[in-house]
Amino acid sequence: MELSQAYTSLLSDMGHTIPLILIVLTGLVIVLLDAFKPRHVSIPYLTALVLAVALGLEIQTIGSQGGTAYYELIRVGGMAAYVNAVILTSGLLSVILMKPYLERIDHNIGEAYALLLFSITGMMVLGSANSLVTIFVGLETMSICLYIMTALIRSHKGAIESALKYFLLGAFSTGFFLYGIALLYGATGTMMLPEMRGAVAVSDSDTMFWAGLALLLVGFMFKVGAAPFHMWTPDVYQGAATPITGFMSTASKTAAFASLILVLYYAVPAETWNGVIAILALITMIVGNVIAISQTNLKRMLAYSSIAHAGYVLVGLSAGTGAGYSGALYYMLVYTFMNIGAFGVIAFMEFDGKEGSEQRLDSLAGIGYKKPVLSVCMIFFMFSLAGFPPFGGFFGKIAVFAPAIDAGFIWLAIVGVLTSAVSAYYYLRVLVVFFMKQPDGVYDFDASPVPFSATAVIVLCAGVILVLGVAPSIMEVTMSFFSSSITTTAAVLP
Amino acid sequence: MNIPHITSIVIFLPAAGIILTLLARTETQIKWAALLATSVTFLLSLGLYIGFDPSVSTVDAPQLSDVAQWFPTSFDVKYFVGIDGLNLLLILLTTLLGPIVILSSWTYIQKNHKAYYTLLLILQTGVTGVFASFDMLLFYVFFELTLIPMYFIIGLWGGENRIYAALKFVLYTLVGSLLMLVALISLGYLAGDAVNAGVFTTDWFKLASFVMPMESQRWLFLLFALAFAIKVPLFPFHTWLPDAHVQAPTGGSVVLAGVLLKMGTYGLVRFCLPFFPNATIAYAPWIAVLAVIGIVYGALVSRAQTDIKKLVAYSSVSHLGFVVLGIFALNVEAMQGAMIQMVNHGISTGAMFLIVGMLYERRHTREMADFGGIAKSVPILSFFMIFTVLASAGLPGLNGFVGEFLILIGAFKSTVLNSPILVAVATTGVILSAIYLLYMVYETFWGKITDEKNSRMPDLNMREIGLLVPLFLLMIIMGLAPGPFLRKSEPAVRDLLQRVEVKRIAVIMMEADRKGLATDFFSAPVRESPPAVKIVSK
Repeated sequence: MELSQAYTSLLSDMGHTIPLILIVLTGLVIVLLDAFKPRHVSIPYLTALVLAVALGLEIQTIGSQGGTAYYELIRVGGMAAYVNAVILTSGLLSVILMKPYLERIDHNIGEAYALLLFSITGMMVLGSANSLVTIFVGLETMSICLYIMTALIRSHKGAIESALKYFLLGAFSTGFFLYGIALLYGATGTMMLPEMRGAVAVSDSDTMFWAGLALLLVGFMFKVGAAPFHMWTPDVYQGAATPITGFMSTASKTAAFASLILVLYYAVPAETWNGVIAILALITMIVGNVIAISQTNLKRMLAYSSIAHAGYVLVGLSAGTGAGYSGALYYMLVYTFMNIGAFGVIAFMEFDGKEGSEQRLDSLAGIGYKKPVLSVCMIFFMFSLAGFPPFGGFFGKIAVFAPAIDAGFIWLAIVGVLTSAVSAYYYLRVLVVFFMKQPDGVYDFDASPVPFSATAVIVLCAGVILVLGVAPSIMEVTMSFFSSSITTTAAVLP
Repeated sequence: MNIPHITSIVIFLPAAGIILTLLARTETQIKWAALLATSVTFLLSLGLYIGFDPSVSTVDAPQLSDVAQWFPTSFDVKYFVGIDGLNLLLILLTTLLGPIVILSSWTYIQKNHKAYYTLLLILQTGVTGVFASFDMLLFYVFFELTLIPMYFIIGLWGGENRIYAALKFVLYTLVGSLLMLVALISLGYLAGDAVNAGVFTTDWFKLASFVMPMESQRWLFLLFALAFAIKVPLFPFHTWLPDAHVQAPTGGSVVLAGVLLKMGTYGLVRFCLPFFPNATIAYAPWIAVLAVIGIVYGALVSRAQTDIKKLVAYSSVSHLGFVVLGIFALNVEAMQGAMIQMVNHGISTGAMFLIVGMLYERRHTREMADFGGIAKSVPILSFFMIFTVLASAGLPGLNGFVGEFLILIGAFKSTVLNSPILVAVATTGVILSAIYLLYMVYETFWGKITDEKNSRMPDLNMREIGLLVPLFLLMIIMGLAPGPFLRKSEPAVRDLLQRVEVKRIAVIMMEADRKGLATDFFSAPVRESPPAVKIVSK
């Protein structure tokens, strides 16, 4: 009798998590397929198809009331569906960019796609976790896949080096994370996020609880690449294959931020930690933007810029209000499109320029006239990243800064906008090189061909950025996730 | 003639025109497409002039307005555009300069035509939107939107040092406007709590009716004023202007001087005054001092220039100093003078940049030393230039006189500034402007032709005459009969000053009330205690 009940509930839970299951299974199928038919032509298409189907399913459930599945270990619908949709969008766009890129460097191996799917699995679990255990499982699944994906281009020395760095530092942060979980469990007696909130009140002065939370935050800050835990980011982003960098910088951050939001929103009252987050945001914005100025390598510059963007999202979190969280989630949506687009453009300009000058910004002088479509899209991405209207990045910034200002962090917002004025300098420098500089007389390159699929993805990203920049009312979606008051939920819990 | 949504059409028609320029295949098609879009926009904007009725009050709502919810409903942020006496003439100036700028670029621009004309059209939409917005956030979006096309116009078609100038222009403006954004969001929340049932609002009318405590007024005013002061540019924030002007192509300079700088002065009038009246009055003398320094400094630096374009650029610093002085004198005469002077400056400085551009096209130099005596070889060009110089120097009977005269009269009478000496210093600016402009005319146009190349210069062609004539006519009409123009803005200016006064008193009452309550309920301890000074002896 109990068994059959468990069976029914399992079936219904599986019904709620079809996209997740679909992706895991496809990943397994690809591993097998690749073993028997290496580099089979269908693998990228299969991956893209499954991601598209999963994305469609998730988008349908965004509007639904959020719930839980698998004995409350995972959240489904509502915010979880939204986060999953952002992750899947990032995955789908990246796969389309990955295929021609990997073919070009002759690394179009099946494992790449299987690992992508497995890492997405991890991200989806992480972004919809309802318990510390689920967070940890998701985080590790994601991270281990990303370590390997960083090292995908085995022939490339930088890739191996960066993967090793990523792995060692990642393992270290995992240690922090796990220790944090242990302490939190010790302090509250529960792994479930919503139950933890009830326990916090009684153990307000509990050192163990705060130490646990601090360690947990360290782990999260590492994953989102916030200063001072950002050291791995530039190396890893520079070393990995460019479309994969685009994927890592968007999807993994979305998942980690979503998970952090869940912890902060459900488990601990805002006033206890938002000062810390505000200071981290401050450091992160300054470090990311200031160091990015001095970069000569385009990919590395975008790596530092992505640190800065993590800082902006943290500004939203520091508000500690529903508006702040929803702003952060909205920001990740915009950020996904603009960053994948920007990395996509770089990916298909890497083969231009002088021999041995990989991704050096100067070597791309005048490329705006050789690759006009990609370069014009780059205008959109750069202005959007710098936060200019009428591009999505502007409303993204409003969505995170406004709640912080409302919560009294005016100084943080002022530093934020000043650093984003700094960022305008290095983003615009890209456009200067693309359009306003002439290539050195000695070398007049022929532009490498850009496949149609990649152009389509990049143009799509640019289009979405423009739409998001004109119609900010899409924010309504993320705001609905935090409309119900959390205090009532906490009161119901024992 | 009543066209529905005419304001929105005038704003967005140029942007819609980019469909034509993008589809056009040849250079000629692109130019004609851009000319068509801007000309139709100008004709439609005349509908605004006809449709606007100054006798109908715009205290509660603008005329010819369009409103639609823009943000999610939990924010009171709307698409809200309309016309009142403050923005009508500036919008007309923008739409008038549209086709003129296109025509002036006809042969000047020699590469990437499609991009250039597309950017100009986007720029016009941005500027018109700035003037027409009655929602702060919408205003901000248009305000920033003008940066992107201007950045490329300077950076791609500019002179030698264009990349530096373009970046400097963007970064200067950006720092100011981003700080304003923080202030604006803060203001939106404060006003939302006070007058909009806790809902964040950027509606101009709600923000203007919000009686704000003095201490918030101070810092919000400073952040707003900084953004606009950079844009104007007010001394000492003017250093980007000569670079941007000199490097920009003619079309870019004309838009920059003609309308882009007005976004700064307009912002001061539209936002700083009604939002923060007490802070405005508190800081008005200081800003007036900066304005007067700008007037004199700009004029002196102009005199020292050898490059004609640089001379005209610095003259903008001087002339816009008058506008700022007029705004912060805070009475009807001075404010009216500032309103008309904004338009005058757009017309005469715009014309001057056009003519300098024509000279540059002929000789590829702007150094005064390279010219001399060209009145003989290019009489028509010289006629227009000298005429414009006289208008700009404030010759009675031409447009420049009306604005400067009203501003100076108003500033003398001003109870807020209350400093006739300061205004007397400003008056020297009028004389100085005559000196540097006539010096330029003397060096460039009079005398003997020293350089053989100058005698072979072709005079203006029909296109060039055609684009100067409307400006020329306006200089005369606005000089001889400024009445119709002044009457359009007068009620709005009165309403604005009335609003400033009413709100200022309301704030003072509120502050007094609060202090009174504090003393009543908490008696002595709350009152200001004497400053505790500790002297530590060693």
